[in-house]
Amino acid sequence: MTSLTEMTIAGLRDGFRKGDFSAREVAEAYITRMEGARALNAFVVETPDHAIAAADAADRARSDGQLQPLSGVPLGIKDLFATRGVQTTAASKILEGFTPVYESTVTAKLFAAGAGMLGKLNLDQFAMGSSNETSAFGNVVSPWRRANDDAPLAPGGSSGGSSSAVAAGLVAGATGTDTGGSIRQPAAFTGIAGIKPTYGRASRWGIIAFASSLDQAGPMARDVRDCAILLKEMCGFDPKDSTSLDIPVPDFEAALSGDLRGKRVGIPREYRVDGMPAEIEKLWEQGAAWLKAAGAEIVDVSLPHTHHALPTYYIVAPAEASSNLARYDGVRYGLRVLPDNGGLDDMYAQTRAAGFGYEVKRRIMIGTYVLSAGYYDAYYLKAQKVRALIARDFEQAWEKCDVLLAPTAPSAAFALGEKTADPISMYLNDVFTVPASLAGLPAMSVPAGLDSAGLPLGLQIIGKPLDEEGVLNASYALERAAGFTARPEKWW
Amino acid sequence: MSIDDATVKRIATLARIALSPDEVSAVGTELNNILHWVEQLQQVDTTDVAPMTAVIPNRLRLREDIVNDGNMRDDVLANAPQAEHGFFAVPKVIE
Repeated sequence: MTSLTEMTIAGLRDGFRKGDFSAREVAEAYITRMEGARALNAFVVETPDHAIAAADAADRARSDGQLQPLSGVPLGIKDLFATRGVQTTAASKILEGFTPVYESTVTAKLFAAGAGMLGKLNLDQFAMGSSNETSAFGNVVSPWRRANDDAPLAPGGSSGGSSSAVAAGLVAGATGTDTGGSIRQPAAFTGIAGIKPTYGRASRWGIIAFASSLDQAGPMARDVRDCAILLKEMCGFDPKDSTSLDIPVPDFEAALSGDLRGKRVGIPREYRVDGMPAEIEKLWEQGAAWLKAAGAEIVDVSLPHTHHALPTYYIVAPAEASSNLARYDGVRYGLRVLPDNGGLDDMYAQTRAAGFGYEVKRRIMIGTYVLSAGYYDAYYLKAQKVRALIARDFEQAWEKCDVLLAPTAPSAAFALGEKTADPISMYLNDVFTVPASLAGLPAMSVPAGLDSAGLPLGLQIIGKPLDEEGVLNASYALERAAGFTARPEKWW
Repeated sequence: MSIDDATVKRIATLARIALSPDEVSAVGTELNNILHWVEQLQQVDTTDVAPMTAVIPNRLRLREDIVNDGNMRDDVLANAPQAEHGFFAVPKVIE
């Protein structure tokens, strides 16, 4: 039998139901695996007790005939989701020690569905980053390495703890959040699958806010089916989130046929950017051929405002962040730094100087500037107008196709430290993921191949609003054709 | 548009983030680079384009105007750096 930590969520679910093993055995196998992988620094906090309690509940539920959809499945939770009684930090010193007295809607739903939590996963601080190098609790290291090279690689970001933990088999699946690519880019870097649903599908309640008009939770797992299983439990209407969509959640797993007959797949020509490695270009063409073989018609489409997406994002997201992060003031929760004889204003400024990491401060200040008197129209309003044009590009593309196919990232994983000196070169890593975020569209990354150094490369499917089923099914077709089975060799 | 040290200090004050003198010049250079990069948006013709307000059309819901939550003072104060007599405590404010 395959070892328990190598099984997919679907395999765990089905094997547990059949009685092949107990949930307790699964949880214990994962806890051992997690505890042996601290070199990856994927977890901020480990919560083996939570996983064991959920497993024992699952074992009881099985004997009582009360099984839940995720009974016996241990997950990792990105440390951006508030978890009752378990420290929740957003990987920032400003929230170190913060122990929520409430549960985020998404984690509450996952736990109600029977899942257990192995721990809280590291991330870029306040989800601001593309390499997991802005965490106050240290870099996460990817389990992957280049052939004949021990240089530690970035697991992507911001959901870098999630991607590293799933790729290394420390968790069966994980939650992520995506603001500009924070699920898809790390999934691509680590050879796993990840989907960001339509904005409004999953509740934002209890998720520490970065940029509220963009933030969306989604699953990261070993394959498309596992993502579909987790996504169903994560989505659903929540009156506590004013942007939550009050619509039924489909059975996403049932949409996976791999049959794309009658579907049109658009290839957005503006995604062919300068300096993209030939290997990625080739994989993209291969992906189109795979989808064609699955029955789809391939069509050329244009998204003319694509190259304006990144600058738009780097106005809108920092602006929203500067507003959202105003709440960290040293009064109600988190860090307080009060200089001797200091007043309230000194306390605010010193608390925020000491508590926020450098990238967070930089983005708050950009956001403050673009929203400040005299600059609001030139920057923020202008960006929201360009954002409307980017969304319109997609609407026009949907007249010609059902889904879009593109690479997920313009490169394979880079080494830690390689891009930290120049913020803009780091920002450019999100060039293919940000447009769909700005338009609120569902989008998924699936592993599709290895580059010449032996590192995973991902392909991305972007879909129409609320068509997660179409996105998942096209991704499933890609996954089946790619037959990606590579796993990182254990060195940790 | 170029940001000078005085502007950096003004932004930092607005954002309530204390900066050391060294940080002021470093932040200024970076903000200038980033703002110069986003400047390219000015070339996009947005005449008659309405700014985006919602990515997915959704009607803002109103709930019944009734009390449906509360009585959780201790929970609210549980993570406060300093709480006294059932309130958040802050340094003395004298105008």
